[in-house]
Amino acid sequence: MAGIDWRAHLEALAARADALRRGDEAYGLYLTAERSDFVRFNRGLVRQPGTVQDAAVTVRWVHGRRHLAATFTLTGDVDGDTDRLGGAIASLRQTLPALPEDPYLLLPVDVVSTEQVGQGTVPDARDVVDEVVDWAQGAEPAHDLVGIYAGGTSVRGFANHLGQRNWFEAPGFVFDLCLVQGADRAVKATLAAPAWDGDAFRAQMAQAAADLAVLARPPKRLTPGDWRAFLTPAAMEEVYDLLCRGGFSANEQHRQRSCLGRLVADEVQLDPRVTLTEHTAGGIAPCFQSDGFVRPDAVALWVGGRHTGAMVSPRTAVELGVPHNGADADEVPQSLHLHGGELPMADARARLGTGVWVSNLWYTNHSDMQSARITGLTRFATLWVEGGEAVAPVEVMRFDDSVYALFGERLEALTTETAFLADTGTYGWRSTRSQRLPGALVAGLTLTL
Amino acid sequence: MGPEVLAARFRQALPAGVDHATLRWVDERRTHLEVRDDVLEPPEDVRSVGAMVTVRKGSGQGYAATSDLSPSGLRAAVAEATRWAERTSGRMVFDPREVPTAVPSGAQASRVGTVWDAVPLADRVARLAAACKGLDVDGRIVARSASVIAAQVHQVLLTSDGGEVTRTWHGVTPELEAVAHYEGVTQRRTLGGFRGASQQGGVEVLDRFDYDGQARRVGDQAVELVLADNCPSGAMDVLIAPDQMMLQIHESIGHPLELDRILGDERNYAGTSFVTADMFGTYQYGSSLLNVSFDPTVDDEFASYAFDDDGTPASKVMLIDRGVLLRPLGSVTSGARAGMAALANSRASSWNRPPIDRMANINLEPGTDSVDALIGRVRRGVWMETNLSWSIDDSRNKFQFGCEYAREIVDGRLGRVLRNPNYRGISARFWRSLAGVGDRSSWQVLGTPFCGKGEPNQVIRVGHASPVCLFTDVDVFGAA
Repeated sequence: MAGIDWRAHLEALAARADALRRGDEAYGLYLTAERSDFVRFNRGLVRQPGTVQDAAVTVRWVHGRRHLAATFTLTGDVDGDTDRLGGAIASLRQTLPALPEDPYLLLPVDVVSTEQVGQGTVPDARDVVDEVVDWAQGAEPAHDLVGIYAGGTSVRGFANHLGQRNWFEAPGFVFDLCLVQGADRAVKATLAAPAWDGDAFRAQMAQAAADLAVLARPPKRLTPGDWRAFLTPAAMEEVYDLLCRGGFSANEQHRQRSCLGRLVADEVQLDPRVTLTEHTAGGIAPCFQSDGFVRPDAVALWVGGRHTGAMVSPRTAVELGVPHNGADADEVPQSLHLHGGELPMADARARLGTGVWVSNLWYTNHSDMQSARITGLTRFATLWVEGGEAVAPVEVMRFDDSVYALFGERLEALTTETAFLADTGTYGWRSTRSQRLPGALVAGLTLTL
Repeated sequence: MGPEVLAARFRQALPAGVDHATLRWVDERRTHLEVRDDVLEPPEDVRSVGAMVTVRKGSGQGYAATSDLSPSGLRAAVAEATRWAERTSGRMVFDPREVPTAVPSGAQASRVGTVWDAVPLADRVARLAAACKGLDVDGRIVARSASVIAAQVHQVLLTSDGGEVTRTWHGVTPELEAVAHYEGVTQRRTLGGFRGASQQGGVEVLDRFDYDGQARRVGDQAVELVLADNCPSGAMDVLIAPDQMMLQIHESIGHPLELDRILGDERNYAGTSFVTADMFGTYQYGSSLLNVSFDPTVDDEFASYAFDDDGTPASKVMLIDRGVLLRPLGSVTSGARAGMAALANSRASSWNRPPIDRMANINLEPGTDSVDALIGRVRRGVWMETNLSWSIDDSRNKFQFGCEYAREIVDGRLGRVLRNPNYRGISARFWRSLAGVGDRSSWQVLGTPFCGKGEPNQVIRVGHASPVCLFTDVDVFGAA
């Protein structure tokens, strides 16, 4: 499982595609590869350790307005993979005439090549295991650490018949974990960086362990109703992650399926301090999408509490007759940035005074799409705050509230500082999405159960 | 590549001193075809091939997955997994030596008439185009979609002591969706909610769900919903159709019974469980009408199989009998860790993810009441169909679910259509309010390709079969 030069591999694949291309046929190749160490931990020990070497290429073959794509696994063997590509192209070419013309097809016309190669040293995950287990088991009693270390190099590449090349290569790791106090109470921590720093790990764990103390106190049970609350950036991430699922999509907005329809129609406005940007330049995602379109550095989605833009894929652009902004086909933001406000994070508990400090939310979903009402639950370390001091954990509560209200008339403040939150997702591949978010102080969060 | 070649390469790659090893090879093809507003979306056709090697050595265990199936590629994977096993020896949360191993042998295959992807592409597109057109029943329909997700999986499991299990799986998930919009109200109606119309098989799965005939109903009901009244709020009876029951079972019985959650593996991601090990055998999970099985033997159900991904033979097991909780959903590994009886639910989403406890088919057994009799018992209540929204807490206790479509029930009769039906409750109490269970005539075999869990994350196929069920005194509400 030695390292494979995927960039050279993409060139070899493109060379084979060029050799097979006839007349005015066009093609695009999108390569995804990663070598990942995945180590699950439970109770400060190893639960499931392993390594995954995976790579795939999607070849889209185009003739006129007809096009078809196939995705297949790459083995890393150049001869075998280029032969498989040749077979795939033959199959696609044979099938194409059976397809209708695509009225929404849009392909890059200009050649815009890019390169993003991150600097960093992927650690030997076995060394990480030793450091984590030694730290957890070195305490008396041992720390109940649970979570996953996911590290390695992620690769994305694009090549087409015009000679465009886009390359993204990012070494790094995400260690997503909890220190558990007991039952469902825990302090959550996420470490993400291009390289491992054992001292930084131990320092962050020491802080997390200290934060466990308040969770050991008898929990406070809240009754349903509106409660003054502070949402940490991690809690905000769960809210905005839900909004990302269709909310900002130009196509979903056009088809009346976005939960933000009334904001888009300007029937409601958010607080004027709310400004939201898809900020590719500030994220960790590739600056190009799978059809080779390059994303702008920033797309203004909300400015001054009003809808100003949406994620527009190339297909949607043709369908709706609007410019695209390099969005993927699903039109999900990759690098969302909610701008900070005027409340210093250090003052947040004092400004909350008495209320609920929501460290984490969980399992958000829509309860009424049309009014942007969402539901979800508190999780891990939601605290009851009195006089600006955390005094007790709060038993798990369900909330059900409107995004329009939380970030509209009930928004008291956004924190000055914003937190960079790398997506810890590993469905299929390790995610390259991220969000940069402030905390939010709200006059009332509706708890229901 | 045949099992013989794989086996030869695998066994040649195994070094001396390894206590036990497995190789799980998977070749999966997934296709997604969709016609949206009468235009074919770019078809997706994804093939993923690779193998995972798992090695146990001393008190350590590790895996390595690779798409390089050459002799050198498999040798490298075995070496990598062996290094993990050596390095984690004595540092694992359980001792792998205490997990029993077997030498499985067998073959299994889905029943399939005509493989969906074997039908000429033009014919498949034409069928979806006709269905999409059929959704266009009214000017208030603003978005239409007809689609099919299909998959074929070929899998071989080999063990270092000579075990071999082969499996061929075919599954199809047809879907229809109509969105209606009128005077500021938007409503969505589908065939199966979020892909609930999922079964093993081929083209015949579409016929089982009367796919071509359902487009008009889906379109008509979307229009009915934009014109309907909002669902009332209050405590009342709820009669739940199978396409919402599957979600209710999945979230508030299936997940809380997964033994790896009870053992704490998922506390950082999917969550823990309100169920604890001491509850099994005595805990009254629901009313005496509640009978729930782990049943991988149901013909055509999405997660029916003969062996799990560890090679454990699969059979039907009652999890809840007359309301009493009997068994968790724990694999051989979890069972050994917990000192509890195991069943065949160790499953992985693909070759590049390790097996964990998954729920497979979790079914609510039929009762004795006809649907008409259940409706007739309701003085004031709501009939709810088809999941739309779902949310449940870390411990799988406090839930809130929304449905696409509802009808009011007053004095034992179905009444007006209602939109935005929601209900919420607490798992530990909700199932005790089960007051009626439909007979086999209302029992439907459903499933979904999209159950997420695990670190690294895995999406896996599950099946759920249920009849119509009646619950009393449920907290029901509509939109704001």
